[in-house]
Amino acid sequence: MRAALCLLVACAALAAAGCGGSDAPSEVVLVTHDSFAISPDVKKAFEEESGLTLEILKAGDAGELVTRSLLAAGNPEGDLLFGVDNNLLARALAGDVFEPYESPALASVDPALVLDAKHRVTPIDRGDVCLNYDKAWYADHDLAPPRNLVQLTLPRYRDQLVVENPATSTPGLAFMLATIAEFGEKWQGYWRKLRANGVLAVDGWEDAYYSRFSGAAGSKGTRPVVVSYASSPPAEVIFGKPRPSTAPTGVVESSCFRQIEFAGGLRGAKHVEGAHELVDFLLSKRFQEDIPLQMFVFPARTDAALPPEFEQFAVVPEHPLDLPPHEIDQNRESWVDQWTDIVVR
Amino acid sequence: MSARTWRLVTYGVPLAFLGLFFLYPLLAILDRGLRGDGDPPLDVLTDPLTREVVWFTVWQALASTVLTIAVATPAAYVLGRYRFRGRSLVSAIVVVPFVLPTVVVALAFVAILPGGLDRGWAPILVAHAFFNVAVVVRIVGTFWASLDPRVSEAAATLGASPGARAREVTAPLLAPALAAAAAIVFLFSFTSFGVVLILGGPRYATIEAEIYTQAVRLFDLRAAAVLSIVQLVCVVAVVWVATRLERRLTVTGTLRAERDTLRPVRGRREKLVVGLSLGGLGLFLGLPLAVLVERSLAVGGGHELDAYEALTDQTSVLLAAPWEAIVNSIVYATAAAAIAVVVGGLAAFAVADARGSRLLDALVLIPLGASAVMLGLGFLIAFDTAPIDFRAAPWIVPVAQALVAIPFVVRIMVPTLRSIDPRLRDAAALLGASPSRVRREIDLPIVARGLTVAAGFAFAISLGEFGATVFLARPDRPTLPVAIFRFLGRPGELNLATAYALAVVLMAVTVVSILLVERLRLRRGGWF
Repeated sequence: MRAALCLLVACAALAAAGCGGSDAPSEVVLVTHDSFAISPDVKKAFEEESGLTLEILKAGDAGELVTRSLLAAGNPEGDLLFGVDNNLLARALAGDVFEPYESPALASVDPALVLDAKHRVTPIDRGDVCLNYDKAWYADHDLAPPRNLVQLTLPRYRDQLVVENPATSTPGLAFMLATIAEFGEKWQGYWRKLRANGVLAVDGWEDAYYSRFSGAAGSKGTRPVVVSYASSPPAEVIFGKPRPSTAPTGVVESSCFRQIEFAGGLRGAKHVEGAHELVDFLLSKRFQEDIPLQMFVFPARTDAALPPEFEQFAVVPEHPLDLPPHEIDQNRESWVDQWTDIVVR
Repeated sequence: MSARTWRLVTYGVPLAFLGLFFLYPLLAILDRGLRGDGDPPLDVLTDPLTREVVWFTVWQALASTVLTIAVATPAAYVLGRYRFRGRSLVSAIVVVPFVLPTVVVALAFVAILPGGLDRGWAPILVAHAFFNVAVVVRIVGTFWASLDPRVSEAAATLGASPGARAREVTAPLLAPALAAAAAIVFLFSFTSFGVVLILGGPRYATIEAEIYTQAVRLFDLRAAAVLSIVQLVCVVAVVWVATRLERRLTVTGTLRAERDTLRPVRGRREKLVVGLSLGGLGLFLGLPLAVLVERSLAVGGGHELDAYEALTDQTSVLLAAPWEAIVNSIVYATAAAAIAVVVGGLAAFAVADARGSRLLDALVLIPLGASAVMLGLGFLIAFDTAPIDFRAAPWIVPVAQALVAIPFVVRIMVPTLRSIDPRLRDAAALLGASPSRVRREIDLPIVARGLTVAAGFAFAISLGEFGATVFLARPDRPTLPVAIFRFLGRPGELNLATAYALAVVLMAVTVVSILLVERLRLRRGGWF
């Protein structure tokens, strides 16, 4: 019993220790999603230049990140949020999560990426969601890989496509939006045809890419077309063992849906100045050139150099499919419901 | 310590802990969800889709529980009756599936099951049995080992056949432990989420999966709140039935130390029974685990150790080297197990007391069946203002993990505590022992075995806990399951292999730590 009491006291002491010292003024807290990554030396460079410690708080995937920041609006967990994308943007803006800030570095950013005229959010990168295909599979089967969305409804591409459920997966949602952007009112008919042609819908990207798709190295999957990212082919090269001389997978360029990721200073932040400095830093050439190999997306700055693997194997679609953020927000739930009715039931 | 103070502590500590870290955040998020404007929540309740989801959730949980008990009982019998070489190793290995992240196991199942059979309700049930075998083997096996074999032997002397003895002696004695284990397995399957999504495909959803979709994907907190109330109502009903059952089934005065109950395996028939029971379970658990090991080595078309070598590299995927996750996991798990044993142990004494509280009995189980998604969001809004702005506090991780572990500690200890013959306590009191001396010298030695099993289990739960940990842990202090998840989320062969390598490390850490905890008991010895 005495031992038990000692433990309780120890826990209480631990608790008290945890309470203090959480808001040192020399620290800026970045709230972001699980996929955020930064090279250690780039992070150090920011800390040395600004004199601030960069604390990174990962809050789940992009959907969870937005849910959390909506709940904490006005009393945020950190100073700056990075990782809200164009699919989720309208919801976050409606939730009054951000405080406007116009970064001087915006001058070097592709103006097409700026979606909020009030600068509550600043574009940091773009990473399109695209169909990927297995080059070797199509070569073995003496078949040309699909070139567009419509072809996937043809008999010769039967049982070849695996997609993620838009109700549970971010790329799954983006691909559904791509079909809505492409076919407009007729998108449901398109999915009925896809279903008739044997589309497989799974829960998330991990299952789709690593278990069902035949093109990922080490995968035992049997389907040669998957919903993934424009940057997946260079990732296959960079993490290949041994490193392949060319990407084993290709991208169906006309299937890409635009995904832009934004950063925004959080309303009610403890360190507003720090948040501004951090936005400027996220748009600096140093960070922008670190982005591709860390997060496998493309920098927003037009003058940022790409690593050779990206130059060689990644596709940056000229005119990706796109929908206005407010339209996505208004219809998300009903579209997902309709998709579920068509594809699953 | 006087009887009054003791009662105050055994009730007060668990109630305060659960009140602050469970009820308060849960009510906060439900309030936020329901308070907003919008139509009354009835539409969610009357939606035929909701009814479909509730029905699937209930029946798959029931079926999973039955399947788990069927798969686990032979091994529980062997571990509860026989002494043999490697017995503690077997009982440690059984826990391995229980700590593995659901995504990894689900992917292993997809790899093993033939196409066509790898999706739907059947693989869901099999995966639930795979995860939860440990719950039944450990709770029932431990209790079995403390049953006095002489009761059954006496029945045999009186001419009872083996079948009659199993039916009329062993089964009734085991019933409370079985009820406790079944309740936990049911709750785990009831709130299952990752397994259902991956192995079921989009056609199947549990209430928990639907709550997640509504809250996090569709930003409909109102629907999520209504669904989690539906879930809570089901869970409370199940918990009420289970705890009542457990109470009514208890038979007192039959417990013995393990030293006196276990016996060596003798004769051909017994060897065959032991071999078949353990071999069957070994195959069932071993196949998916072997796939994980194989995948961790599969690099570049051959088998290499690259993924293991990568464990020491600093990586931006984690903001730390992967091996640091091992240290973090062990630190968090030790803290969580300590909290769970103290809070859960005290609660077990309160619940097992003859006048024990039914409310507390049910309350400690409910966190297992409540929506983890909603609780996580609840933590966020409940602890967001000074002096309780705990959102970034590192100790919130073990506290959240302990919430899941406490029900185990209680359910493992209560059947044992209740079975202590009250006459033993009365006799000690009559001879002049103070209440605290009775607890120290009668109760504690008998529950000591259960306590170490509970501590080991609490440690394992914390090692494997993912949902709350990924939500609360700082990114530069990932635990093993969190690290696995991060590597799995990136394309590229080496990342995949590293995720599997970390899963293998998690398996090893689990076995070693469970063995160590059990050793601890033997070292201190003399309790029995």
